[in-house]
Amino acid sequence: MAIELPENVVLSRLDALANWCRKNSLWPMPFATACCGIELMATAASRYDLARFGAEVFRFSPRQADLMIVAGRVVMKMLPVLQRIWLQMPEPKWCISMGACASTGGVFDTYAVVQGIDRFLPVDIYIPGCPPRPEQLIQAVLDLQEKIQAEGTLSGREFQRPWEEARRRVFQPQLVQLQVPPLEPSQGSETANSQEAQTP
Amino acid sequence: MSFRPTFTEQTQQQLQQAFPECSLSTFRGDLRMVVPREQMYEVLRRLKDQFGYDMLVDITCVDYLYYREAKDRFGLVYLLANTQNNERLTVRVYLNEPELEVPSVYGLWKAADWLEREVWDMFGIRFRGHPDHRRILLPEEFTAHPLRKDYPLQGRGERHNFPVLRRPES
Repeated sequence: MAIELPENVVLSRLDALANWCRKNSLWPMPFATACCGIELMATAASRYDLARFGAEVFRFSPRQADLMIVAGRVVMKMLPVLQRIWLQMPEPKWCISMGACASTGGVFDTYAVVQGIDRFLPVDIYIPGCPPRPEQLIQAVLDLQEKIQAEGTLSGREFQRPWEEARRRVFQPQLVQLQVPPLEPSQGSETANSQEAQTP
Repeated sequence: MSFRPTFTEQTQQQLQQAFPECSLSTFRGDLRMVVPREQMYEVLRRLKDQFGYDMLVDITCVDYLYYREAKDRFGLVYLLANTQNNERLTVRVYLNEPELEVPSVYGLWKAADWLEREVWDMFGIRFRGHPDHRRILLPEEFTAHPLRKDYPLQGRGERHNFPVLRRPES
């Protein structure tokens, strides 16, 4: 039996409605460390105008943002900072890995550069390119909007506190002791001396 | 191709007379001096006080491992400048393991502070008497000195030694 709706009334699922609100009002937090950051700025500026897709308000405080755009290479000294910023962002939140360096390390296959932030962070959208064009970033935002609408976020997860354990791990890290062979003979001679000093 | 020299013949002769134990040579308009490591501090002090090299432009280091016909492992390089007559001088000290410690020249040029820390960070050469002997670029928990030629380019796993955050828990 059909129920007749009064005028000016639309039915929807609450989840879909919330997703629709969220996807059209993304607040990016720019984590720009390299040349991708320049393209990110160009995307937000008037020529490419990310405001057309509701994501123009860049917030430099993670507390006020829900989309982290990692633009540029992340070195091993920077990664704990990046993780800390990610944990400081309130739920619901998403992450775009912009450019070859953030996604894979790019040409910087050296001891200091993390080979893709997705090894240590959840990433929703990857953008290839070196650096990507602003159109690609806009496409990524559109794809992310589609993903937000499809996947939904109103699971109540943002009201739970599953991240406390993760916070403990990042803020007080218990890192694996690397098995590094001694590199300096000067250190080796020191230990030899100390052993000699201990034996008598 | 000709280079305008950054020194005068007169200075070269004076230096040669003043430091007979050091070998002087020229290359493409630059004057270079190799100093034995025992006399390093004394020579540098006299270069500053007597010859007016009042500016320390840079301290850097070269790892001669795998280098053709190299006799020594490290070459510590001091680039000096005289701001009165614009002359320049390259001072080189050869170092070998395990004696990788030289006196700090922080007392002569304050600019040596961060430069010596960088050489320690990248090559593992200690500077005796440095007021703040810490790493400058790499994280403090880093154990290696990555600009040495026997350090692998991709590291020994330092770059991936971090806790992993997954979606359900963050």
